[in-house]
Amino acid sequence: MSTALLQVEGLAKTFDVSPPWLNRVAERKPRQFVHAVDDVAFTIGRGRTLALVGESGCGKSTVARLLVGLYAPTRGSVVFDGVVASAGGQRPASIRRRMQMIFQDPYASLNPRWMVKDIVAEPLREHGFAAGEGRAGKQRIADRVGELLVSVGLTGADAEKFPHQFSGGQRQRVSIARALATQPEFLVCDEPTSALDVSVQAQVLNIMKDLQARHGLTYLFISHNLAVVRHVSDEVGVMYLGRIVELADKALLFARPRHPYTRMLLDAIPDIHMSGRSRTPVQGEVPNPLNPPTGCTFNPRCPHANERCRSERPKLLDIDGVRVACHAVEERRI
Amino acid sequence: MPTPLLEVTNLRVEFPGRRGTLVALDDVSFSIAPGEILGVVGESGAGKSLTGAAIIGLLDPPGRIGGGEIHFDGRRIDNLPYDDMRKMRGRSIGAIFQDPLTSLDPLYTIGQQLIETIQTHLPLGAADARRRAIRLLQETGIPAAEERLDQYPHQFSGGMRQRVVIALALAGEPRLIVADEPTTALDVSIQAQIISLLKRLCKEHGAAVMLVTHDMGVIAETCDRVAVMYAGRIVEMGPVEAVIHSPAHPYTVGLMGSIPAMDEERERLLQIDGAMPRLNAIPAGCAFNPRCPRAFAPCRIERPDLMAAGSTRAACWLHAPTWQAAA
Repeated sequence: MSTALLQVEGLAKTFDVSPPWLNRVAERKPRQFVHAVDDVAFTIGRGRTLALVGESGCGKSTVARLLVGLYAPTRGSVVFDGVVASAGGQRPASIRRRMQMIFQDPYASLNPRWMVKDIVAEPLREHGFAAGEGRAGKQRIADRVGELLVSVGLTGADAEKFPHQFSGGQRQRVSIARALATQPEFLVCDEPTSALDVSVQAQVLNIMKDLQARHGLTYLFISHNLAVVRHVSDEVGVMYLGRIVELADKALLFARPRHPYTRMLLDAIPDIHMSGRSRTPVQGEVPNPLNPPTGCTFNPRCPHANERCRSERPKLLDIDGVRVACHAVEERRI
Repeated sequence: MPTPLLEVTNLRVEFPGRRGTLVALDDVSFSIAPGEILGVVGESGAGKSLTGAAIIGLLDPPGRIGGGEIHFDGRRIDNLPYDDMRKMRGRSIGAIFQDPLTSLDPLYTIGQQLIETIQTHLPLGAADARRRAIRLLQETGIPAAEERLDQYPHQFSGGMRQRVVIALALAGEPRLIVADEPTTALDVSIQAQIISLLKRLCKEHGAAVMLVTHDMGVIAETCDRVAVMYAGRIVEMGPVEAVIHSPAHPYTVGLMGSIPAMDEERERLLQIDGAMPRLNAIPAGCAFNPRCPRAFAPCRIERPDLMAAGSTRAACWLHAPTWQAAA
């Protein structure tokens, strides 16, 4: 196992969604909190890819934002290359430079009024790559922008264009170029391909893999698409209602899913090679995170739930080489 | 072959504009038999949703049908007056759209919307219509249907709303349902529920379905036949099995190879370089030729029509007997 680049322990984020003060007083409404992320722990080795999967509202994007510092965690710690990165206040630029993020929607994450050369150069200016003011500095930035665009499969001439002149896949390449500008070691990719068509998705996934091989990048890859996750990741964490319910090596997870929720997710994917297959979809939906079920949060949808599942919250335990939070697996019932 | 329920021949949809007319659909022909599920697949902008909109007569102006014919059950419907078409919609042809939130009116209860639809199409009294509405909700798997009937759309989750939309589409007992990306806005576990529901209900009600989606997995599980669209034309059409396992058109081959599969390990995905052309810059000859790894002389000159290619039909010169020697 390679050395850990990122270590996350007991990470939690609670959002206050209470009604305004006046309504609370006048209508006697209580304060309300959403535990978007609760007690999440994982490590990512250098040069590896951890994927987080789960359905909408399970907290995967919140984890991404906590890692790069867009949110401050309520509890828990993020340790990046031996340095605690989650302390309050702004992170030191030395850490911010080494972690970057690619967002889901390439239409919303690029400033429509900036040219691509300004978009890609912004992190360079921010992190002081323009040393040597004046013409020399400008030239260095322009050269670097050209290099970055070529590395993601665009051309240097594209620097003079605006985002609206590009297709979705090309815009996502610009996002990747911007994220790579400061030569980061760690990239958080929040659903980087879910807004793209499959053929374009293949182009972007291939580029991401090539870049990882060339620069030794470490990825946290967030997706709801298990087939994509299977293609890009080394390890997979499955999230449900703010918690990791199963964390395992990719091969193990897909060959032998342990948690009932993971099994359900795997079973739910329509697979092009199994036409005509009839499925028995799991009933029910993700419960309201404002009012989650007691015990294991998956128990109302779980075919193996018993009394213990309804009252006691399972811990993430090492079982047969994978980490699973499930009483039934722990008791060897399934 | 039974007489088709829906027959589309040489359909052309165009958008007149200041700088000339854009042809969004060109020479599209297909048919759907009673009870059959036809999948229409393609990437954004390929014209799949437009095909659906043209059939149900809901093209957004200035879009218009510029040629070809649509026959439903032997009757020509593409030139029907607005009011006649309105009577057919919902009664003979139902529609399910992608976004379950915008398909429902937020100011009316689910019951009001369902009962209105039922009474528009069927001669039922208020009490009977309400009973039928409850039964429809039960059929689509909504628990406590009687209480849910008096709730508003915002009180339903996304999956539940899509069930209501399906109930609405089935309310008039239509013989054809045009479902435009019915599961795209939903999570995978809900998507699986909705797909099996749609499949079961259409079988029970004997309705044919035209399922428009970009998700090849959904097509594989649901459809009998599939049409692959590219740049406003059907490039390949055939039985689902054949199109998925032995695609004949290079675009379909690329499309299949670019989908990460669950049951096999590949280091790299097959990639089709470039992107689909814009409508105002569709290349001469075969629209796919600039991206096609197997393009040869005739592809740049003459546009291929669908021709027999193994067990499917593909619009590709590679399969023309006269050109096979050259390729």
